Amino acid sequence: MKHIKTINKANLKETAAKGGCGKCQTSCQSACKTSCTIANQQCEANK
Amino acid sequence: MTNTIHRFKQGEDHIIVDVNSGGVHIVDELVYEMVGCLEPPLAEEMPESLIGELKKFPEEDVRECYAEIYELYKDKILFSEDEYRKYADIAVKAPIKAMCLHVSHDCNLRCKYCFASTGDFGTGRKIMTPETGRKAIDFLIEKSMGRQNLELDFFGGEPLMAWETIKATVDYARSVEKEHGKNFRFTVTTNGMLLDDEKIEYINREMSNCVLSLDGRKEVNDNARPTPNGKGCYDIIVPKYKKLVAGRVNEGRTDYYVRGTFTKYNLDFVEDVLHIAELGFDQLSVEPVSAPADAPYAITEEDLPKIYEQYDRLYEIMAESVEKTGKKPFNFFHYMIDLDQGPCAVKRLRGCGCGNEYVAVTPDGDIYPCHQFVGIDEWKMGNIYTGDVDPKIADYFAKTHIYSKKGCSDCWARFYCSGGCNANGFTYEGDVRTPYKLQCALMRKRVECGIALAVKVKEANAAK
Repeated sequence: MKHIKTINKANLKETAAKGGCGKCQTSCQSACKTSCTIANQQCEANK
Repeated sequence: MTNTIHRFKQGEDHIIVDVNSGGVHIVDELVYEMVGCLEPPLAEEMPESLIGELKKFPEEDVRECYAEIYELYKDKILFSEDEYRKYADIAVKAPIKAMCLHVSHDCNLRCKYCFASTGDFGTGRKIMTPETGRKAIDFLIEKSMGRQNLELDFFGGEPLMAWETIKATVDYARSVEKEHGKNFRFTVTTNGMLLDDEKIEYINREMSNCVLSLDGRKEVNDNARPTPNGKGCYDIIVPKYKKLVAGRVNEGRTDYYVRGTFTKYNLDFVEDVLHIAELGFDQLSVEPVSAPADAPYAITEEDLPKIYEQYDRLYEIMAESVEKTGKKPFNFFHYMIDLDQGPCAVKRLRGCGCGNEYVAVTPDGDIYPCHQFVGIDEWKMGNIYTGDVDPKIADYFAKTHIYSKKGCSDCWARFYCSGGCNANGFTYEGDVRTPYKLQCALMRKRVECGIALAVKVKEANAAK
């Protein structure tokens, strides 16, 4: 494409189908403890 | 503007986020302008009105751009629909797999912004006994059911004031985890005052992460984080942090954070981020204070422009390093966004896990939804000695997600913050399901910077 460059896999919908396994870190157990940020965590099922 | 996409400019880049697929696109000015004129569903034929709306661009280019946009739309990575509500609708309470263990409701600092009333959470100064620590392990093993990875954060107050309890708890967990098929991950959040060689060695051996509190520049830190006799702690803690972190770095580890808090008194907090980096630390988190609006140090709406400016400045510094060296100069917690391997969509519906898969436990064994609810009677969920956990509160939090929280389903950042901090909603908006507006504003800004930085890193990697 000339005007648009897609940067990533854009696969959020695919992750929903097999998601919710619970292996990953609980997001409040991170550095923040006050300002919940979740998108910086990794999926552990795909490790 | 539709809530299926978000467009923003960061530095020279025009960025479009497709909210529901997680797609991130770098576009030229024409596409950037055009998506602002469009609402789904898109037709294959370009609406002729676009020619007039975008008359400063050549018609041929307008048609070409629309064709590209339509292609991405057909691929469901632009203007894609939200298909996740069905997962939220069937949300039920989950096994408890994470615990914030308040081993100490006492503290050896008197931080001026402490949300825990200088350590005792308003419930009296107490240290957890080793017996209660071990009981907490039994409780977590039982309530985690089939979950294998269990997290336990030693918290306070200052947790190192309960060092014997920490060791007893960890040693007990290690002695029983295999027979129960569990994998304990311990973390500690400390102010560093009591660190010594023995504790550093133990923490580096047993703790999968540690959070080391430091607010940045000496004068900023010492003003906010004095000892009970009014002296600063910077000179005491920084050498200890260096020693602890060196032990990890020597093993190739990056699993620590030097974490600071910024307040109205240091709205130029990027100076503090840079100062911590200059000390040799490269895993950083400097975060806005959580405080009622009438506190003199509280961040208020009038501070937002200055804070945005600081976040932009930090982005520019980090982006420049990526462009020059191919990598970030340090990790900044709030700018860490993985565009490809992040959490699944189901996880993103209700981020923190508070009151559902995550609880806080006090020195007496009382259970609360999280550390920030501790001491508020109406949120007490039970006690680890009886083993009962209020199913109504757990179910309430299980059903607290981006579709039940006020305004989240219309916000483009919903899959990055997952509804924000429940405790902040309760404390500052009077309702768990009403996100704290000020935090939302800051979160959206940080997510923009984080996405833009992730784009820079991706492009640098692609150019290698």
